[in-house]
Amino acid sequence: MAKQYETVIGLEVHVELATKTKIFCSCSTEFGGAPNSHTCPVCTGMPGSLPVLNKQVVEYAIAVGLATNCKITQYCKFDRKNYFYPDNAQNYQISQLYLPICRDGKIEIETSTGTKSIGIHEIHMEEDAGKLIHDEWENCSLVDYNRSGVPLIEIVSEPDMRSAEEVIAYLEKLRLIVQYLEASDCKLQEGSMRVDVNLSVREAGAEEYGTRTEMKNLNSFKAISRAIEGERARQIELIEEGKQVIQETRRWDDNKEQSFAMRSKEDAQDYRYFPEPDLVPIEISDEWLERIRANQPELRTEKLKRYKEEYDIPEYDAQIITGSKKLADLFEKTSAICQKPKKVSNWLMVETMRLLKENDMEPEDISFAPENLAKLIELAESGTINSTVAKEVFEEIFRNNIDPNQYVEEKGLKTVNDEGELRSTIEKIIAENPQSVEDYKNGKEKAIGFLVGQTMKAMKGKANPGLVNQILKELL
Amino acid sequence: MANKISDETIEYVSILSKLKLTDKEKKQAKKEIGNMLDYFDKLNELDTTGVEPMSHVFPINNVFREDVIKNEDQREDILKNAPGVKDGMFKVPRTVE
Ligand SMILES: [Zn+2]
Repeated sequence: MAKQYETVIGLEVHVELATKTKIFCSCSTEFGGAPNSHTCPVCTGMPGSLPVLNKQVVEYAIAVGLATNCKITQYCKFDRKNYFYPDNAQNYQISQLYLPICRDGKIEIETSTGTKSIGIHEIHMEEDAGKLIHDEWENCSLVDYNRSGVPLIEIVSEPDMRSAEEVIAYLEKLRLIVQYLEASDCKLQEGSMRVDVNLSVREAGAEEYGTRTEMKNLNSFKAISRAIEGERARQIELIEEGKQVIQETRRWDDNKEQSFAMRSKEDAQDYRYFPEPDLVPIEISDEWLERIRANQPELRTEKLKRYKEEYDIPEYDAQIITGSKKLADLFEKTSAICQKPKKVSNWLMVETMRLLKENDMEPEDISFAPENLAKLIELAESGTINSTVAKEVFEEIFRNNIDPNQYVEEKGLKTVNDEGELRSTIEKIIAENPQSVEDYKNGKEKAIGFLVGQTMKAMKGKANPGLVNQILKELL
Repeated sequence: MANKISDETIEYVSILSKLKLTDKEKKQAKKEIGNMLDYFDKLNELDTTGVEPMSHVFPINNVFREDVIKNEDQREDILKNAPGVKDGMFKVPRTVE
C-alpha cells in the first residue's frame, strides 16, 4: 500500500499598513506616484538621516495583535537585519527579531471538517523595500524607492495547517480581521498582502517535521492553493525516489504551475541582526493598551449578531455581507439612507455579486457610493423605473458610480404609465403580428409573452409591464 | 592573541560585507578582528548575572511621530545622490532574479 503523507504548513503574511506616511519618515505611502516622488533622505538611506517612528504603526500592530488574541510585548524594540540588495538603500532593514510587538496568538478557522485553532507565533513591525525594475535594454536595474519604508506587519503563524483548505480559511479570516480594523486593504494582487508558504511533508503519524521549503510569489488564493498542491507532490516524489528535500526558497510560477529554486544570493543567509541604535525602545503602558482595546471596531461575530437583531435579512445574506468589510459598510450606509435593508441586501446579493463575478473583481474593488444605490432603490420602489431598467441603471452605478436620478432623467428612462401611448403602441404590435394573435386565440397562452416582449421593445423597455399585460388582454 | 581567525572566516566575512580583500588586507583584518574578539573575551570576564541586556544607551522611550505627510516631492534632490539615473529611477548594476 502506498504511504500516507501529511502536509505541514506555516505562513508568513506581510501586510502593508494603511498609514498615510511611512514608518520612519513623513513621506506619503500613496500608491502610484511618479518614481521616487515619495522619498527623502531617510527612506533612501542617506548617511546621517535618522528614523522617527510613526505612532500609528504601533497602534495598528497592537490592534491586529489584540484581535488575534496575542500577548502584547509592552516593552519592545527594533533590530537591524543586514543585507546588501539595491531595493534597500540602507543595506539593512529595520525589523523586530528579539522583542516582536505581539506573540502567542491564535485564530479560529472553519473548514469542511469543523473548527480548528491556528496559532500565531508572532507579529512584528518592519519596513518595506523599494521596487526593482529590470531594464533588458541597458542590462541594468532601476530602483523606485516610493515603497521603501512603507510600514509592514509580518504575521507569522505556527506550523498548524495541514491542507490548502485550512490555509485559505486562515488567510480569509486574517484578512477580514485586518480589513475590519482598517489596518490595511489586504489586496493580494496589489501586494498589500503577501503570503509566503512554509511547507514540509512527513509520513502520517511521524513525530518529526520534514525539511521545509519556503514558497514566494503567490498573488492570489488560487495560486496559493495550486502552489501548496504542487509543492506537496514535488516533495513526496523526492522522498519516494529516496532523494532529499533541500531547505530553500522557491518561486512559484502560476502560469507554468511549477516552482523554481531561487538562486541564493552568493552565500548563506546571514543577517547579523543587532539592536537598532537609531530608535529608542517602545513602552506600551496598560492605559495605552486599554485605550486601543476600547476603540477596537465591531468585528464579524458581533456584527452578525447585531444584523440579526437590527435588520430583517436572511441569515445567509448576513453571512455573505459581513464576509467583506466593504459589503458590510455599503449595506449599513445604504440601509441607513433608504431604510430598506431587505432591498439593499437583495441588490448586493444578486446584481452586485453577478457583476463582481463577471468582471473578476473582489468586493473590496467596489467603487460606487451608497447614496447612489439608495437613490436607485427609491426609483425602483416608487415605480418611477421598472425592474429591467433598474438593472441597467445599476450596471451604470456599478461601473461609473453615476447619480441614478440624473441618469434616468437624461436618458428618459422613466416608466411610461400613459395609457393612451401604450394603447396605440400595442394596437400597432397586434396588427404586425397576426400569427401570434391567432395562436393566443387558439389557446396558446404563451403567445402573449411574445407580444408583451415586442411591446416592451417598441417602448425601449420603459413601459409599465403590468399595464402592458392588462391592455393587451383587453384588446385581444 | 588568543583568538585566531581562520581563512574561511575572513573569506566569509568579506563576502558578507561585499569587500574584495588582497592577501595583505586579509592578514591585517585577521589580526584586527582577533584583537577585537580578545577584547570581548575580556568583557565577558565580568559577571553580568541578573543584569538586563541594555537596548539603548539613552534612558528614553517612546519617541514618536504623528501620521502626517510633511515631505513634498524632492525627487530632483534625492536623485542627485544616485549612481546613475534613468526614467526618474536609480540606475544600478543588474540584479539577478
Ligand atoms: Zn522618506
